[in-house]
Amino acid sequence: MNALLTIENLGIAFGGLKALEGINLNVARGDIFAIIGPNGAGKTTLFNLVSGLYPPKSGRITLDGEDVTGLPPHQLARRGLSRTFQNLQIFFRMSVVENVMVGRHLHENRNVFAHLFGLPSVGRQNRTTHESALELLSIVGLADAAERPAGALSYGALKRLEVARALATEPKILLLDEPAAGCNPVETEEIDAVIKKIAARGVTVVLVEHDMRLVMKISNRIHVLDQGRTLAEGNADAVRSNPAVVAAYLGVKGKTELGLAVR
Amino acid sequence: MTVHRFTSKPYMVVIALATLVLLLPLVLPSAFYLRIAALVFINALAVIGLNLLMGFAGQVSLGHAGFFGIGAYAVTLGPAYLGLPVWASLIGGAVFSALLAFIVGQPILKLRGYYLAVATLGLGLLISMVFTNEADITGGPNGMEVPRLVVFGWRAYGSQTWYWISGVSLVIGAWIAVNLITSPTGRAFRAIHDSETAARVLGIDVPRYKLLVFVMSAVYAAIAGSYFSLFDGFVTPDTTGFIRSIEFVVMAVLGGLGSILGSITGAAILVILPQVLTVFHEYEHIMLGLIMIVFMIFLPGGIVPSLAQRFRRRTA
Repeated sequence: MNALLTIENLGIAFGGLKALEGINLNVARGDIFAIIGPNGAGKTTLFNLVSGLYPPKSGRITLDGEDVTGLPPHQLARRGLSRTFQNLQIFFRMSVVENVMVGRHLHENRNVFAHLFGLPSVGRQNRTTHESALELLSIVGLADAAERPAGALSYGALKRLEVARALATEPKILLLDEPAAGCNPVETEEIDAVIKKIAARGVTVVLVEHDMRLVMKISNRIHVLDQGRTLAEGNADAVRSNPAVVAAYLGVKGKTELGLAVR
Repeated sequence: MTVHRFTSKPYMVVIALATLVLLLPLVLPSAFYLRIAALVFINALAVIGLNLLMGFAGQVSLGHAGFFGIGAYAVTLGPAYLGLPVWASLIGGAVFSALLAFIVGQPILKLRGYYLAVATLGLGLLISMVFTNEADITGGPNGMEVPRLVVFGWRAYGSQTWYWISGVSLVIGAWIAVNLITSPTGRAFRAIHDSETAARVLGIDVPRYKLLVFVMSAVYAAIAGSYFSLFDGFVTPDTTGFIRSIEFVVMAVLGGLGSILGSITGAAILVILPQVLTVFHEYEHIMLGLIMIVFMIFLPGGIVPSLAQRFRRRTA
């Protein structure tokens, strides 16, 4: 198996509370890998560790064969890891297209002296960046809103804007933190389509999601967390039929939801 | 798509400013007004730098008069103690400010919001205290006389000369600021302002860019400070004091954070208004305070951004 992201024995504690303990997982190249679990299971914490926002207390994270444990986020971005946020982190003082242009940062010439004196190359580069940002916006269906202020977008559109912005870094692996949370059914459908498009571009996707229907439909591997520990891992069928998962996580209501998803 | 909005629009400000600097002497009736205009330009130069830091990168500084003071004293201490020409001392002051900002910036820019405000306030007070207390070198509270700027045997002297020096420098300063804002570096600054977390995840080295903008704003302040004391011919520790730091912040906020034109407008209002208000004699400061309150109530985003927004709404 050709693992792009490997997590070994990962753990972190906040003031004595073990938020995550002994997590092991492998994400293969080209996977759509879902992480699910009830509230407080540690899903977002896991994302924060993998994307470098928190340093782990124990364990090892390997990205594309390189040990990246404890690296800061901007170093991870350089190595091809990007993410979106459950609670939106939009640049609200910028236009929609500028948000995505920021995502091109790593692929731009960052010579400050050229920028200070406004050399012609900077103008040319701005145009290139603008064009590629527009292209990404059309992938997520926001090309028409490019010049609007980011604050004018609906919640679902902002979620897709974050995806376009993360894609602008040209990641090998993209972490999506609850891409469908707070979205209505139509918006969820749109997100679903966007995730499929991303995967088709060869980007490996890891997502945390509550929408079971979406998870079961699009992911080829599912990792279940409960109270900071791994409960199960497998494909949709294996997870669905795992009694521990059903009992500890999905419960009675979940069973009904699952029934719906199966159909 | 035609020419991109994000590159074309800001440059209009630079062109408008250059036109204003060129035409203003034609309508100003006397040297007194040129003097006021030069003071506006010098203050605006410092405020543009502060605006890069506060309005674009979102990092506050209540100590920028410290860097202004370093520039102001550099042009008198350099020639007096090191035998340097004034122009070299001016550059030396800017370099020293940049170095100080670089060294002090590393620990304090980790702080945010109020905590950064207090740390920069402390830095400003510290610099001011050095100039006040080292009386053997700086003349203490009595201040020092400042030599004339001499460039290729030409002595910069008088209101008209300083009008042109400060005016041209302001246009260049505004041009550089606009270049920066519309570049990837400027986008990184603005991204840090809105969400440091998102900026980091997108590959922006946040501490590095914070330090960069802090150093740049210190250089703007130092050059403006040098001009200020060269123009005045005399420098006292008041030049570098707390009140001046606050004035810079007020100019930036009143004119409009994140707007280059706003920085110039803010500087113009805070320099010109006290001159106009002298007709109110002892009520002068009360009037100034009232006018500032009224401005902030009715134009809460700062004068230029708020007016621009109203204008857009009307035309839309």
